[in-house]
Amino acid sequence: MAALSKEVVLSARDVVVAFGERNILDHLDLDVYRGEVLGFVGGSGAGKSVLMRTIIGLIPKREGIIKVFGQYLDTATEEQLVAVEQRWGILFQQGALFSSLTVLQNVQFPIREYLNVSERLMDEIAVAKLEMVGLSPDVQSKFPSELSGGMIKRVALARALALDPELVFLDEPTSGLDPIGAGEFDELIKTLQRTLGLTVYMVTHDLDSLHAICDRIAVLAGGKVILTGTMKDMLASEHPWLKSYFRGKRARMANLES
Amino acid sequence: MSEDDNILRSSLQGDRLVLTALGPWTAVHAHDLEPVIDRQSVPNNQVRAVDIDLSQVKPLDTFGAWLIERLVRVWNARGVEVRMLGMPEDYRGLIDEVQEANTKVVPVPVPQNRVIVVLEVVGKTIVKIIDATKLILQMLGQVSVVGARAVLHPTKFRWTSMVVHIDRVGWNGVPIMLLVTFLIGCILAQQGIFHFRKFGADIFVIDMIGILVLREVGVLIVSVMIAGRSGSAYTAELGSMKMREEIDALRTMGFDPVEVLILPRIVALVISLPILAFLGSMSALYGGGLVAWLYGGIDPDVFLARLREAISLETFLVGIIKAPVMAFVIGLVAAVQGLQVEGSAESLGARTTSSVVISIFLVIVLDGFFAIFFASIGM
Repeated sequence: MAALSKEVVLSARDVVVAFGERNILDHLDLDVYRGEVLGFVGGSGAGKSVLMRTIIGLIPKREGIIKVFGQYLDTATEEQLVAVEQRWGILFQQGALFSSLTVLQNVQFPIREYLNVSERLMDEIAVAKLEMVGLSPDVQSKFPSELSGGMIKRVALARALALDPELVFLDEPTSGLDPIGAGEFDELIKTLQRTLGLTVYMVTHDLDSLHAICDRIAVLAGGKVILTGTMKDMLASEHPWLKSYFRGKRARMANLES
Repeated sequence: MSEDDNILRSSLQGDRLVLTALGPWTAVHAHDLEPVIDRQSVPNNQVRAVDIDLSQVKPLDTFGAWLIERLVRVWNARGVEVRMLGMPEDYRGLIDEVQEANTKVVPVPVPQNRVIVVLEVVGKTIVKIIDATKLILQMLGQVSVVGARAVLHPTKFRWTSMVVHIDRVGWNGVPIMLLVTFLIGCILAQQGIFHFRKFGADIFVIDMIGILVLREVGVLIVSVMIAGRSGSAYTAELGSMKMREEIDALRTMGFDPVEVLILPRIVALVISLPILAFLGSMSALYGGGLVAWLYGGIDPDVFLARLREAISLETFLVGIIKAPVMAFVIGLVAAVQGLQVEGSAESLGARTTSSVVISIFLVIVLDGFFAIFFASIGM
C-alpha cells in the first residue's frame, strides 16, 4: 500500500474504447506513479497498444476519464494539451522516425519546434542525447533508411527524450531486437530512467524486460486491467492466462536465465 | 546583470569566481539560461578558480546539466579548476552522463570554392543523366526479353493483371481524356476562326483542326495526360512496393519483377493509349465542329464535307502510329523511376516527379523526331 502515498502522474478511469460493436477496453482503470517503470502485458490483440494510443490521444474513447500530470485531457484547451505533450515522450513500435530528416534533425525536431534555443545548443543537446542512448555521433548525418533496426529504436528513444519528458511511453521497445540488443536496451532504459528520473510506461511482450527493469506490472485481459503488482504477485496469481504467460515454457526459460 | 542573478548569481572572491545557480534549469528555461552561461564564460585573467554551487537548483534536466557542463569546459580549457559544490545526489547521474557527451569532435565539412561547387553540380548532373539513360536502356532490354518470352509462352503472361491495368489506365481514363481533348478542340476552332476570319479564310479552319488534331495534338495531349495520370501512378505503386520490400520478396520467390509487375503494366499502357488517343481525337474534332457551327456559323454538313477533303487515312495513321511508342516510353520511364525509390517518403515523391517530367520531355522530343521522319518520307 506504499504505492498509494506516491504521486500519480497518469490515471485512467472507466475507459471504454470500442471498434464497432466490440469493446476493446471495457471500463478500464489504471494508475501510473511517478518514477516507476510500469510494464504492461496482455495477449496479442488484447488492446495494450489501443490503451496507449488512447492515452496519448490517437484513438477516441467512448467513455471514461484520462488524467495526465493532473490535467484532464478531455477538457484541456489546445495550449494545455500542448503543455502536456511537451512533458511526455513516445517511442513508437517501428520508431516512426521522419524519413526525410537526418538522425540529428529527427532528434532536434521537437526542440526546434517547442524551445527557442540557439542552433549551437540544439546541436549539442541532440548529440548528447544520441550519446546517452549509446549511439556514436557519427550517425547524426545519416537518414533513417540507412539505419539498422536497433539503431532506429535508439534514435527514436533519443527523439522521445529530446525535451526531457517526465513520462515516457514505450511501445514494445525490445521487439525486433536480438536478445543481446534487447538486454542492452533494457539496461539503457533503466539507466536513463534513473538519471533523468523518468516515469516509464512500457508495453512489452518481453519477459526478460519485465524481470529486469519493471517495478510494477499491469496485466490487460478482457478489456480490463486484471492485476497490477510485482513479478512476485504475477507468479503467485492463479489466473489461468497469467499462469500460462508467466509460468509457461518460455517464461521458465526466461526465469532460468535471470 | 540583475536579471542574471535570478538564474546564476556570481561574485568574485579574490581570484575565485563563485557562481550560485538558482531555480529551475530545464528545457523550457534553456532560452534564458544559455545567454547567462555565455556571459559567465567571458575570459577574466583574475580568475584562478571557479566554484559552482548547485544546491539551489530545482529541477535540473539534460539541458541545464549540459549548460553547466559547457561552462565547466570553457573554464577548464583555460586551465582554471572548476569545483561543483552542494550537488544534490539525484543530479549526480545526469551530470556524469553529460560529462561524457559531446567529447568527440565531428569533422565539419570545409566550405568549398564556389566555382568548384558549380562544376561539381554540372558534373554530377551529367553523370545522373547518363545513368538515367543507361537505366532506361537496361529496362528496355529486360522488357524486350520478358516480352519475347511472353510471346513464345502466352500462357505465362499475366493476362489478369494486364486487364486490371487496362481498366485503370484506359477505361477509367476515358471521361477526363474526352473532356480535355474536347476543350482543346473548341479552343483551336475558336482561335482559328477568330484570326482566319480577318483574311476571309474561315473555311480553312477545318483543314487546320483536322490535320492538327489527327497528326499532333490528339496524341500529344493524351500522352501528356497519361504520363501525368498513369505514369505517376505506376512509379508510386512500384516505389512503395520497393519500400515495403515486396519486390525483394518476389525476387526471392523466383519471380522476375519485370515479368510480374512491369510487363503487364506496359502492355496495358500500349493497348490503352492508342484507343484513348483515337477517342480523344474524335472528341477534339467534335468540339472543333461544335464551335465552328455555333461561333463560326459553319454548318455541320459543310464541316464534314470539308473535313473529308482536308484529311486522309494517312493523316490519321501518322498520328495514331505514334501512340504505342509514346505509351511504351512512358511505361519504361515509370518503371525505371519506380524501382529507383529508396527508403524515404521524400524519395518516393522525387521519383514520381521525375517520372512525369522525364516522360513528358521524352514524349515531346519523340514527337519532334516523328515529325522530321514523316516529313522526310513525304507523309
